[in-house]
Amino acid sequence: MTCELSQTRLHAYFDGELDAMGAAEFERHLESCPDCEGRLAAEEKLRSALVGAQLYARAPETLRKKLQISLPMAAVPPYVRDPKPSAEKSWRWLAIAASVILAVLLGTHYMEELNRYSQQQAMAAVIVDAHLRSLQPGHLEDVISTDQHTVKPWFDGKIDFAPPVRDFAGDGFPLLGGRLDVLEGRTAAALVYGRRKHIVNVFVTKTQPGDASDGAGELQGYRWVAWQQNGFTFTAVSDTAYADLDQLKELFLAP
Amino acid sequence: MPHRDAAYNLARWILRGRAQAEDVTQEAFLRAYRSFGAFQSGNARAWLLQIVRNCCFTWLQQNHVAEEMTEFDELAMPPKTENPESLAIATYDRERLQRALEDLPAHFREIIVLRELEGCSYKEIAAITTRPIGTVMSALARARQQLRTFLTEPVPKGASRDV
Repeated sequence: MTCELSQTRLHAYFDGELDAMGAAEFERHLESCPDCEGRLAAEEKLRSALVGAQLYARAPETLRKKLQISLPMAAVPPYVRDPKPSAEKSWRWLAIAASVILAVLLGTHYMEELNRYSQQQAMAAVIVDAHLRSLQPGHLEDVISTDQHTVKPWFDGKIDFAPPVRDFAGDGFPLLGGRLDVLEGRTAAALVYGRRKHIVNVFVTKTQPGDASDGAGELQGYRWVAWQQNGFTFTAVSDTAYADLDQLKELFLAP
Repeated sequence: MPHRDAAYNLARWILRGRAQAEDVTQEAFLRAYRSFGAFQSGNARAWLLQIVRNCCFTWLQQNHVAEEMTEFDELAMPPKTENPESLAIATYDRERLQRALEDLPAHFREIIVLRELEGCSYKEIAAITTRPIGTVMSALARARQQLRTFLTEPVPKGASRDV
């Protein structure tokens, strides 16, 4: 029999669109509904096939060049670009000057908005890449241990800071191990946690000026949540629901 | 140019061709620049992609591309029962996936591309496609189901298009 939720809430859950309470509620339903469980697995397979097929079509170089040429022109309104043979020449030049200034002003604001957004996107891409890399066979952990007292000293001498290593097995996030990673040229301690059948990577770096304080986002079906604490920047990334990542963040922030 | 890839990727999948996608992306950027006054603040990517999407559908209409247009009412309908066989398939090759995605009706295609390739949230997809969030969710459920059905069809129809 087809479960009604499998056509609606299951997708919202799968896409991380439910809040913590909604997600927990659906997970309780999942335990007793083989239909939803099977469909969720099917959605996961389809997504990993889509990710694996790399269907994303990046803009070709020819388009970049075309945009470079056409956009500065476009910022000038058409009535200015299409001069009429009239005596109002001086007015026309004034209009051109004014619209060029306007175009520059608008352009700057536009670019700032877009740049801020794309910087965050670029960092997200680095984090998701690192997460995907870690999921390849043999790449997940350098030190395999569920004992925080084994994982923590392992980082000694390998990096110039002592990341806070804690096991949250009691709260449903067992520590699986740790590894070293490099994110945009910065050394990061990667802590690996399990969450049901999902893997969560928590990247810890020393906070640097310019680091976004808090954030969350999604890329290619992976979600990330970032926060700062005691001079460290944490980024948790996984294909699990936002609610899980938020819960893990709260666990880290709790004394 | 920020979001150039996002704009081109969406156009490429809605239009199903590289050359058309280049032209329409360029047109969309021109429009975005001209109408920048209308953009206050907020999600620049969603704003741009909405323009790209509109340009794509205008292009399809003007060039009389026969598209199976799904009506709004139908988009919001719950999907039919899915064949259990299509749930069991584990691996698909890239070419097969590409063809299956291109064979989806345009409104399903865009929603899969925005969600799975671009990683947009429901809220963003709703803004880009100017549909209610509930419709986005049910359309996504149906699009995924149809994609799986195409992937389990024994004989692929037609030759593969270029990416």
